[in-house]
Amino acid sequence: MNQTNTAAIRFDKVCYEVDQMSILYNISGSIYEEKITTLIGPSGAGKSTLLKMCNGLISPTSGEILVDEESIDLIEPTKLRKDIGIVLQNAPIIRGTVFENIALPFTLQQKKLTEKEAILFLEAAGLDHTFLYRRAEDLSGGQKQKVSIARSIVNKPKILLLDEITSALDPTSSHEIEQLISKINRESKVTIIWITHNIEQAKRVGDYTWIMMDGQLIESGESGLLDTTRNEQVKQFANRVYKK
Amino acid sequence: MTFITLSLTLIFVLIPIVLSKTLKLGLEKDTTIATLRSIIQLLAVGYVLKFVFDAESFIYILLMISLMILTATLNARKKGKAIKGITWKIAVTFMIVEAVTEGILLGFEIVPATAQFIIPISGMLIGNSMVLSILFLNRFTAEIEASRDQIELILSLGGTPKQAIHRQLKSAIRASMIPTIESQKTIGLVQLPGMMSGQIIGGADPVQAVQFQLLIVFALLTTAALSSILVGFLSYPTLFNERMQLLKNSLLK
Repeated sequence: MNQTNTAAIRFDKVCYEVDQMSILYNISGSIYEEKITTLIGPSGAGKSTLLKMCNGLISPTSGEILVDEESIDLIEPTKLRKDIGIVLQNAPIIRGTVFENIALPFTLQQKKLTEKEAILFLEAAGLDHTFLYRRAEDLSGGQKQKVSIARSIVNKPKILLLDEITSALDPTSSHEIEQLISKINRESKVTIIWITHNIEQAKRVGDYTWIMMDGQLIESGESGLLDTTRNEQVKQFANRVYKK
Repeated sequence: MTFITLSLTLIFVLIPIVLSKTLKLGLEKDTTIATLRSIIQLLAVGYVLKFVFDAESFIYILLMISLMILTATLNARKKGKAIKGITWKIAVTFMIVEAVTEGILLGFEIVPATAQFIIPISGMLIGNSMVLSILFLNRFTAEIEASRDQIELILSLGGTPKQAIHRQLKSAIRASMIPTIESQKTIGLVQLPGMMSGQIIGGADPVQAVQFQLLIVFALLTTAALSSILVGFLSYPTLFNERMQLLKNSLLK
């Protein structure tokens, strides 16, 4: 791994337990600034839990998470969540128009998002202005996901966390979203952590990859490691996914 | 009415017991227990009230009201036992409801400050407050469980717990208040309220009975609004921790 990279987020022996059951165990490693890091692994590996920790929705039971080398516990939660955006699985939306959904981060801060600004965010997410006043509930899965992405960039986050944002989409929508995220990463220099089940996708979009199983970080490195790994567990997982 | 004529009304208890047995509804035991409990509880209350009314002591009035608040609290807290500190939150709510409503009624000398007025009115208001709190807690816990992802969404975008829970809180407050408001729209048209009927049967002037009923109806509106809003605003902060995270086991499923 390139040692000149700066860590945007650093995990130091992070553990998480619920009712004495270990969900994450001894996670240590760095997520590099302005890069796309994919998190892959089977269901129940603890990927979503790790992602929610970065946004401060969950705190580790032990260990530490550092954002720009500052302990996450010392950052005011609302500031942390503005700086580190998250696109949650299944793209939850609020009842109302697309505009109301996109403006939500500003509404929460008692600020106003203009129609013009909203259209810019909408276009950045690959939807045109005709969507602005449509009811968000009526949109297709792919469109909702795009609204969700547009909403997550309104706060202009430094880091964006994506939780299986393409798993429920058809190949065309999935490909569009991949291009969109790559563009956001490239043009706005946003650091991205992306959970995906799709190894091909991880290789296509990711600079780095973390492979997680049973709450542990099994292997991490540049995305090419998915082809070159000597770790038997990782090979078996990759084979299982490919066979599907 | 004599006790002999009253005992004849047990026919009304026998009818459902016979029907339950015939249709194998299995409600005979519950009906019998309910009947026995109502006889014992009401007779006991009758004698206690007679004693308190005769004594005309403020301490006995306070004791009666405290007992009502205690019983209502123990009953209502079951619905919100997953909310931390729900017992004292409900108890405080009932105390505030009682203080505000009786404060207005007695402060403006709308009713005389005697046990005969304070105790029955307090009973109706605290009873209603209890039902409202149960309705609110039922709806509030269901709303939160059904919309955890919405709450997390707002938190994840930098919203505060109050902003995250606002819709669920509002919806539960509205839902718990609606039955009180709706029942007042048809009052007197569909059924005559219990207290008014009681007064009329007891020989009171129907217009005066209506006046007292209106007093109760208006006070119930305040009770309804105060109960659900107070329980709601006292409860929601305990669903989050100091890092503004929605607690995983904050509510029982």
